[in-house]
Amino acid sequence: MTFAIVEAPRPGVGKPPAIDTVVATAWLIAFLRDELLVRRRIEHAVVGLSGGVDSAVTAYLCARALGPKNVHAIRMPYKTSSPSSLADAQLVIDDLGIAARTIEITDAVDGYLRQESDADARRRGNVMARMRMLVLFDQSAKLDALPVGTGNKTERLLGYFTWHADDAPPVNPLGDLFKTQVWALAKHLGVPQRLIDKAPTADLEADQTDEGDLGITYARADAILSQMLLGYSNEQLVERGFAAEEVTLVRRRVDGTHWKRHLPTTAMLSNTAINEFYLRPVDY
Amino acid sequence: MEPPRNLNEKPQRLRVALVQTKPLKGRYAENLANLQSAFAQIESEVDLVVLPEAALTGYFLEGAVYEVALSARRFADDLTRAWHAVHGDRRVDLACGFFENDEGTYHNSALYLELARGAGRIVHVHRKMFLPTYGVFDEERFLSRGRRLQVFPTRFGTMALLICEDAWHAIVPTIAAIKGARILIVPSAAPGRGVEGPGELTSILRWREILTTAAVEHGVFVLYAGLTGFEGGKGMTGSSCVIDPRGEILVSSPPTEPCIVIADLDLREIDLARATLPLLGDLDAVLPDLLLDEELPLPRGSCHPEVGP
Repeated sequence: MTFAIVEAPRPGVGKPPAIDTVVATAWLIAFLRDELLVRRRIEHAVVGLSGGVDSAVTAYLCARALGPKNVHAIRMPYKTSSPSSLADAQLVIDDLGIAARTIEITDAVDGYLRQESDADARRRGNVMARMRMLVLFDQSAKLDALPVGTGNKTERLLGYFTWHADDAPPVNPLGDLFKTQVWALAKHLGVPQRLIDKAPTADLEADQTDEGDLGITYARADAILSQMLLGYSNEQLVERGFAAEEVTLVRRRVDGTHWKRHLPTTAMLSNTAINEFYLRPVDY
Repeated sequence: MEPPRNLNEKPQRLRVALVQTKPLKGRYAENLANLQSAFAQIESEVDLVVLPEAALTGYFLEGAVYEVALSARRFADDLTRAWHAVHGDRRVDLACGFFENDEGTYHNSALYLELARGAGRIVHVHRKMFLPTYGVFDEERFLSRGRRLQVFPTRFGTMALLICEDAWHAIVPTIAAIKGARILIVPSAAPGRGVEGPGELTSILRWREILTTAAVEHGVFVLYAGLTGFEGGKGMTGSSCVIDPRGEILVSSPPTEPCIVIADLDLREIDLARATLPLLGDLDAVLPDLLLDEELPLPRGSCHPEVGP
């Protein structure tokens, strides 16, 4: 008698993390309604619409959660921003029928940078990102709305964002979704295909792309990150078939940016230090 | 041939209502008032009402847990008043999770209460034994562990209360069943995560596996009451359900809405399921061999202080 050998599949190079887009959409709509309508009693959302896929997905979710008339898209181009970004954002505005406004940040940014002629591209990009944050919060105050964040898990883990800028809005529906999951969600929500297909970019410099800046594709970064976060060592990840240099790159970025995922570090001086001893949940 | 008549005098049917609450964080009095509204929607034939873990306070309370914890007696009196305000002297049993202040020792507890003729008798208080303190959870920082798993008699047969992570350790439902439990009541507050599908959050699917496995292995009914609502971005997954002793999900609720789940339990199903799949009886016989194994890291002799209400 012979028995067929049935062997469990060996762990191999993981695919990017999966997503059931129907489940995720329902969950994120419930989240947005709870955070805005129930917890804060705010009916309007402000979304900074860049022309990229993350802010588009955020706008689609907000429109579903709150109704299109309660979503305000703000486009905030700088003089070097690509005109196609504005056009791509317009596709979203037209498709959803949401209110939209374009607020140039060039004067405000240049008003400061004129005094800082030595500012390199990184500093200039950070100034732009922080100016956009300022505009979003002020527009929210004006419109009795809440700014909704658009950052995804991949960029948060890789530290590929400006601290206290892209991460500043008080609620963030996409922050626990990898970029590849956001793309899948975009397709499900009906985001215009152009925005899904184009190379993601922070659009702070000409011809800039995220994947060029990061040195790895989102698909491979997400596959590595999703397993790294489960606790696998670099050695184990390489055993699973990932490229050693990419594993090292991803690990270095994650380990070097833990601080960006926290509030500022406060010196502890008492037995009642806030968030150390004195602990209260954010929604208490 | 017709099966022999069941000579057991206990009721053979049990109509249960699982109230999937969505509490306002820390606002006990308002949540109690909302519960009274839920009671008003429960039709008169219901025998047992089950509520989730931390049903009237919310779950993630951190240090604020000391501000909302109550004695079991006070909590029982509040539940009793809420029920009687709506249903008068109508008899009912209630199981509900709450944060317990036991003279300065704090527990994540659930009580089982019999209400009859205007008075509430505490049948049992279970204190959560497995306090998750990892990842997003921080219970043991603020709360003390329960030290004992007890089953308790009710007019519907022997039951056990397992709170949330208690049910994730297969040995806990196993011991409850070995000690005679025929119905496992699982109040829970389960923050959802995992969007890989299919069809549900991964954590909901995992819960279903755990509960159906326990139901089938021991031939017990499982009554799972899940908290719902978002708490600071962490969404509780509701998904309250009733599972029969063959592992069939009789009814389950959606994850994000407060609701009341009603089911009729035919308690004879327990004996039939156990006759078909007598795993519990098998375990009864083998358990001493397993537990007396000297390689197990167990203290020998009595290790339990007398605890409990």
